[in-house]
Formats: sequence, C-alpha cells, structure tokens
Amino acid sequence: MTIMTEKRTLLTIITEAAIEEILLRDLEKLGIRGYTVSDARGSGVRGVRDATWGEVSNIRLELICSRTLAEAALNHIQSYYFTNYAMVAFLHDVEILRAEKF
Amino acid sequence: MIDVVILFFILGLVAGSLRSELKLPAALYDTLSLILLLAIGLKGGEGLARQALVPLLPQLGIVIMLGIAQTFIAFYILSIIGKLGRADAAATAAHYGSVSVATFAVASSWLVSRNIPFEPQLIVFLTVMEVPAIIVGIVLARGLSRNTDWRGLAHESFLGKGVTLLIGGMAIGWLAGPEGLVPIKGLFYDLFKGALALFLLEMGLIVARQAGDLRKRGLFIIAFGLVMPLLSALLGVACGIAMGLSVGGITLLTTLAASASYIAVPATIRLAIPEANPALSLAAVLGITFPFNILVGIPLYHWLAVELTGVMA
Repeated sequence: MTIMTEKRTLLTIITEAAIEEILLRDLEKLGIRGYTVSDARGSGVRGVRDATWGEVSNIRLELICSRTLAEAALNHIQSYYFTNYAMVAFLHDVEILRAEKF
Repeated sequence: MIDVVILFFILGLVAGSLRSELKLPAALYDTLSLILLLAIGLKGGEGLARQALVPLLPQLGIVIMLGIAQTFIAFYILSIIGKLGRADAAATAAHYGSVSVATFAVASSWLVSRNIPFEPQLIVFLTVMEVPAIIVGIVLARGLSRNTDWRGLAHESFLGKGVTLLIGGMAIGWLAGPEGLVPIKGLFYDLFKGALALFLLEMGLIVARQAGDLRKRGLFIIAFGLVMPLLSALLGVACGIAMGLSVGGITLLTTLAASASYIAVPATIRLAIPEANPALSLAAVLGITFPFNILVGIPLYHWLAVELTGVMA
C-alpha cells in the first residue's frame, strides 16, 4: 500500500544555546507554528562546543514548514545572526503526513 | 593550611590539563550552583532578619558606584593600553565590573573555617553588584541607543538564575528565621562545603580548558587578568573601610570587587553585544582571574584588610 505524503521543508539550525529565546521569538514572528529544540554538542570554526556548561552549549532547532517560510526564516537568520554567532543552518526536503499540521 | 575545597579545584585543574576522561554531568553542575546560590541567599536573609535594613541603603549606593567605577576603569585599560576594539573592551569590562558567586562562596567558606565573622549584608552586596556593570558595559559598547532592547536585557539581568535564587533565598531566610530554617539546614548549611568542593572540581576542569585557549590571546590579556583584580581590590578595601565593615566584611567586599563574573554577564552580554568575542573575556576571567582570586587573592585581601584596619585604628 502507498502512503499519501506531501512535500515540506525541514529547516535545521545548530547554534548557541545563549540565543535560543530570541531566535524562537523571531521565528514565531515569521509565522512558524511548531519546532523541536534539542541540546547539541560539536566542534567547528568556533572551537569545541561540548555543552559541559551553559556558555559553550549548543542547541539544534528543527522545524518543518513550507518552502517559502523556510526560505524566509533562513534569510532572516542569515542577516541577523550569521556574522556574530556560531550558527549552521540548512534545508532538507522531507515527506510528511498530516499536511494541515505544517 | 590550604582549604580542602581548594584541593578539589586543583584536582580538577590537574585532571583537565592532563586531558583526563573525568567529566561531571552538566545537570550536576546546575544542581550544585542552585544549592550554593540558595544557601548563600538563605544565610544572608537569616542574618538580615536580625538587623535594621534602612541603614544599609547608603552602603548599597556605595557598592553600585564601586561596580560602575570598576567597569569604566577596566574599559579604559582594555581600550587604551590593550588597544581592544570598543565591543570587546566593553564586554570584558562588564565581566570585571560584575561579581563571581563562586569566588564569593570560596571566600565566605575561607572566613567561616577561620571563625572570622562577616556582616550579612555582604550577600545583598553580592546580589546588587551583579547588574550595574552589565548596563554600563552595554552603554559603553552601544551608547544610549534606541535599538537596544532594554526591556529584554533588564529581564535577562534581573531575572537571571543567579539574582532570582539569591533574592529568593534571602526572602525565604528572612521570612523563616533561624528556627524555620532548621529542617532544611542539613541540605543547605551542613552540605555546603561538600557541594562547594564538587562545584570547584568542575570549575577546575573548566579553567583547565580555558587555559588552553589563553595561549592564543597573548600577554596583554593575561596581565590584565592579574592586574585588574588587584586594582579593584584596592577600591574594594577602601569602600569597605569607608563603610566601617568588620575585617571579615572588608575581606569579602574586596573579594567581590576583585572577582569577575563568568555566568550572568556572559549570558547577557552575548545577546547585547553580539560582535564582542566571548572567548576573549572568558579566557581572562576563567583562565586567570578566577584561579588567581581563589588561590592567592582571598588570603591576600584578608591580609590587606587586617593591615589597613590596623593602620586606621
């Protein structure tokens, strides 16, 4: 049997835990309805961010929405956060059920 | 004799420098800092319940001015001698104008184990001194710009974890009084040293990690990390004497002045001055100033307090 899925876009943002609140506030203003945040560890150009204590911990924020909204969000964070904060963000095409949710 | 809690710090430092596998769970670090903050608050509130509060108001004015003066001094040293950019100088200055609860905890435990009494309002000073430097630092970096989200920043600084728990602890201690606190004494007072020991073990690991980063930062920032607490200590000791505090009280105020924040300030400054490099301030605060204060500074500030009150008497 085939499942009827629909295409949406998954936006993943890996960034500093310090900006979680303001980032979410911005995204909600853009019209994001739901998201998932998890603690993350890793290493990159900004050094090791191993979550051993608040100032060096990272979060991974994931949200599924329409392509247009995901691009708008990506645009926004690029202009406001990329220069000064440790941040990696990327898009994925995903297939979902319950299209009305996203 | 070196305090036993300091030995835990040294263990963390050694283990960290040797790249040991030792790692404390992040949740434990949070729990320990929660217990320490509440314990300090409770003790302060219990003491404050026994004295009139109005005479403290001018003293609060003095410690706020002390925090502001330190931030300006640090800013000018960093930007004129250190040639740091405005944002970095302002951000680092804010760390040095503010205070470190961990350093305060070590100093108060140092005094308690030597039976040296201190005034309960020092805990109020600790709470009050966290914030002014943050505001001065932001103004130094930004000017009084309308684009700054002052409401958000005020929320962040006044309702951060540290200030909330200290004020909350003081309120509970004040309301409950000595008898009311008896049932929870076991956790907050008797276990205080044990919690502090574990906390310092983790601090040792954190400092060891920062020390590696320090090599990239150059000699100036290392020198600043040593000289700034000493300059601040002189201001602190002068304020303590002017207020007529006891030797223990002067020692603690001097320690507060000399200490630099590494929790409340970095979190707020990261949002308020995003272009400042957080690694720079933390390398100085954690790599140099914090270990200097707890290993050498506290006994030195006590000696200074004894000598100078002797001269005045």
